[in-house]
Amino acid sequence: MEKMPKWADIFLIPVVSLILAAIFSAIVILAIGEDPWAAVKLMVKGALGSTYAWGYTLYYATNFIFTGLAVAVAFHARMFNIGGEGQAMLGGLGVALVCLYIPWPHWSLALIGASVGAALFGAAWAAIPAFLQAKRGSHIVITTIMFNFIANALLVYLLVNVLKPVGMMEPATSKFPKLIQLPSFRDMFSTADTIMFRGAPANITFFVAVAACVVVWLLIWRTRLGYELRAFGHSESAAKYAGINPTKIIMVSMLISGALAGMMAINNVMGEAERLVLNAVEGAGFIGIAVALMGRSHPFGVFLAALLFGFLYQGGAELALWTSIPREMIVVIQALVILFTGALDNMVRMPLEKLFFSLRRKPAAKPAAAE
Amino acid sequence: MTTPAIELKGISKAFGPVQANKDISIRVMPGTIHGIIGENGAGKSTLMSILYGFYKADAGEIWINGKKTEIPDSQHAIAAGIGMVFQHFKLVENFTVLENVVLGAEDGAMLRPSLAKARTQLKQLAEEYELNVDPDAVIEEIGVGMQQRVEILKALYRQADILILDEPTGVLTPAEADQLFRILGRLREEGKTIILITHKLREIMEITDTVSVMRRGEMTATVKTAETSPPELAELMVGRKVLLQVDKVPAKPGEMVLEVKNLSVTDSGGVQRVKNVSFNIRAGEILGIAGVAGNGQSELLEVLGGYEFGTGEVKINGEPIDLTGRHSNGQTRRERGIAHVPEDRQREGLIMDYMAWENIAFGYHHDPKYQKNRLFMDNAAIRADTADKMERFDVRPPNPMLQAKSFSGGNQQKIVVAREIERNPDLLLVGQPTRGVDIGAIEFIHKQIVALRDQGKAILLVSVELDEIMSLADRIAVMFDGKIMGERLPEKTNVKELGLLMAGVAGEAA
Repeated sequence: MEKMPKWADIFLIPVVSLILAAIFSAIVILAIGEDPWAAVKLMVKGALGSTYAWGYTLYYATNFIFTGLAVAVAFHARMFNIGGEGQAMLGGLGVALVCLYIPWPHWSLALIGASVGAALFGAAWAAIPAFLQAKRGSHIVITTIMFNFIANALLVYLLVNVLKPVGMMEPATSKFPKLIQLPSFRDMFSTADTIMFRGAPANITFFVAVAACVVVWLLIWRTRLGYELRAFGHSESAAKYAGINPTKIIMVSMLISGALAGMMAINNVMGEAERLVLNAVEGAGFIGIAVALMGRSHPFGVFLAALLFGFLYQGGAELALWTSIPREMIVVIQALVILFTGALDNMVRMPLEKLFFSLRRKPAAKPAAAE
Repeated sequence: MTTPAIELKGISKAFGPVQANKDISIRVMPGTIHGIIGENGAGKSTLMSILYGFYKADAGEIWINGKKTEIPDSQHAIAAGIGMVFQHFKLVENFTVLENVVLGAEDGAMLRPSLAKARTQLKQLAEEYELNVDPDAVIEEIGVGMQQRVEILKALYRQADILILDEPTGVLTPAEADQLFRILGRLREEGKTIILITHKLREIMEITDTVSVMRRGEMTATVKTAETSPPELAELMVGRKVLLQVDKVPAKPGEMVLEVKNLSVTDSGGVQRVKNVSFNIRAGEILGIAGVAGNGQSELLEVLGGYEFGTGEVKINGEPIDLTGRHSNGQTRRERGIAHVPEDRQREGLIMDYMAWENIAFGYHHDPKYQKNRLFMDNAAIRADTADKMERFDVRPPNPMLQAKSFSGGNQQKIVVAREIERNPDLLLVGQPTRGVDIGAIEFIHKQIVALRDQGKAILLVSVELDEIMSLADRIAVMFDGKIMGERLPEKTNVKELGLLMAGVAGEAA
C-alpha cells in the first residue's frame, strides 16, 4: 500500500481530529444552554491571554511532557505503561526526601539532586511491574495500574504517620528550605519595570522538560539502545533472532519510563508546592497516555500535545471559574480530544487516505486515457 | 464448439494505486485441468478471489456455463457450482471429517439427519472419485494430505462442478502430491473442471491441459500444456530468459566447519522437536536438509542460530558452542562466524517497519564501523553501507530510506541475503531462501549461495522445495519427525526416494 505524504500523517490528521473534537464540544456546550463561542474566547484568554495565563498553561504542560515522554518511551518497546501516576507520586517522595534531608548549598545543586531522586524513585516503582512482565509474563498494564493504588496507599501512610511534622493539620511534609526554591518564570523573566508571570507556578523545570524531549529523541533514534528498543517493539520474534535480550529491553525501557514519570515531581513538588502533599499528581500520569497517543510517541509530538493539554487544563479551569459551565465539562472536552485523536484515529485517517489516493490517481489516469 | 465452464471477460481490479488485475480474459473448458501460473504478486490469487466472491471486480464479467453470473459473495459462488480449496485449510481441527463436511451446509436445526445423509453421500463420492477418508476421524489426527482430501470432499458435497485449488502441493510430500494428482485426474474423467493455481512449473507440465501465465496483473499467455516447455513458461512468467538449472562445479570440501552430535531440541510446550541429530559440514560444501515443513527443521536452524535451546554437542571450527542460551544468543553466534538467513523473513529476518538501512544493521548493530562514538550509532555510515549492498545485490528500488514492507518478497529476501552473506561468515544457515520469491530473484539468490560455497564456506540449506535442494546441495539429509532419516548424494538419488524418506519410510540404513 502506498502512504499519504508525511505532513498529512503528522499534522493534517491531528488537526482534523481536533476540529472534530471542538465541534462536538461546542454541541455539548450548546446543549447545556451556554454559548460555545464565548466559552472558546474565555478559554483562550484564560490560558493564553496574559503571562499569568501562560504561566499556568506551561506549568501544566511541563507535567504532561514528563508523563507523556514516559508513556512514549515505553510504547516504543511495546510496553503500555499505565503507571505514570504512581511513578510520579513516588518521584514526589524522592524529591521530598532529597530536599528535606540533604542540606543543599544552592538551588541548582538541589535541582540536580532532586532530579536524580525523582528519577530513581520513579524508576524503582516501575521496576517491579517490569520485572514481573519480563520474568513471569504478568501483563504490564494490569500490574502498573495496580501499582498506582499501592503508591497512593503508601503515600497516605508515609504522609500521615512518618513524614508529617508534629502539630501539622494536614497530611503533608514540612516546607522545603527557602534556599533551594527553584526560580519561577517570574524570577527569570521579569525586568525592573514589568513583572511578568505574576503568581504563576511555571518554573525552570519547563526547560528541564524541553531538554528531556531532546534527550529522549536522541535516545530513541540515535543510540543503539533506542535501536534495539524499537526493534523489540516492532517485532519480538525478529529481536530474538537478532540476539536482542527481551528481559533487558523490558527492564530498561520501563526504568527509563518510570524515571521520566518520576521527574514530573520536580515541577509540581519542588517547583510549585515546595512540599509533598497528598494527590500531588492530579491525574497527570493518565493525561500522559493521551499526550503520548496524540504525539505519536515522538518527543516533538509529545511536546506539542502537552502544550495543547496544558491549554485545555488551564482554559478549562478558567471556564469553571467564570461561567456556569461546570468543571466536569472540561473533563468532557478533554475526553473528546482523547477520543478523536487517540481512539478514533482511523475514522479520520481512512477517508483522508482515500481522498489522497483519488487525487493522486487522477493525474496518473490522464496519460493512460490519452493512449 | 462447447461452451466454456468459466469465462472471464475483461476483469480488472485495483487496490489503491496497485493494479492487481488488468483486463483479464480467460476461458476454461469443461472437463479440463487449467493451470494458472505466475510469480507471487502476479495477481493469481486476486483473480480467484474475484471468481469466488471475496472481492468485487472493478470491471469485467463472469460467465459460468454460458450464463452471465454475478458473484457478490462465496454463497453465490457455491450456488454457481464453484468450490475452492485454499492453501491454508479452513477446517475445524477438533471436528470429525463428517462434521467438517457438513459444517455450513446443514439441512435443518437438528444435526443427525444431515450427518446421516452426508455419510451416505461421502461413501458415494469416495467410490466415485477414489477419495477415501474415514468419516469419523478427527481432523487434527489425520495427515495433511488427508485434510486436503476433506477440503475437496467439502466442495464436492456442495455439488461443485468447478474446483479451484490454490497452491495445493505446498504442504505435501511428493508422494502425497502424486496421490492428489491422481485424484484430480479422476475428477477430470468424471467431467469436473479444475483450476490449479501454482508457481511450480513441474506440476503444470505434469497434470494440466491448458495453462495461463500471469505477470504483474496481466494475462501474458494461454497455451496448450502439450505445446509448451518449462523454459518457455518461465520466460513468460518473468519476462526474460531464466536459468532454471543452477550452474555449479563439484564441491571441494575442506576443513570440518560444523560438527553436530546428538543434538536435541524440546520446545516450550515440552514437545521434542529435534531428536538426537548428528551431521557435519565441511568448508566449501552445501548440506541440504529436505523434509516437509514442521519436522524439526525450523528448530534446528533456531538452535544453531542461537535463539532456541537444546542439548547435545555442536562445534564450529572445532570449538564447542553453547546450546543452553545462558551464555549465548544470536549476537554471540554472529561473533563466532555463523550467519543466518532465517526461514521467515517477515517475522524474523526483517523488521517490516524499519527502513532498509536499519535492517541492514539488524543483528550487526554492535559492529564498530556502525558506531559514531560510545553513545551514538553512525546512521550515515549504515546508509552508505546499505546503498552499497543494495547495488551489489540488485535490490530494487535501491533506496535505503524505504521501509522493508514496501519491497517485494524477492527484494526483501535480497536485503536479508546481502546482510548475511556480506559478513563473510564461516557457516551460513539458510532457511527457505526462496519462499515467496520470484523466479528472477531465485536465480540470483541461488547464484550467491553457490558463490559463497565456492569461496570455501560451509552452508546449511533447509528447504521444503525438493527441486531447490536437488539442484543446490552437495549432500542431502532428510528430516522427518525430528530425526534425520538418511543422507544421500543428489546425483545418486531421486525425488521418489527422497519423498519416501520425507514421509518417514526409512530406506536402507544410511
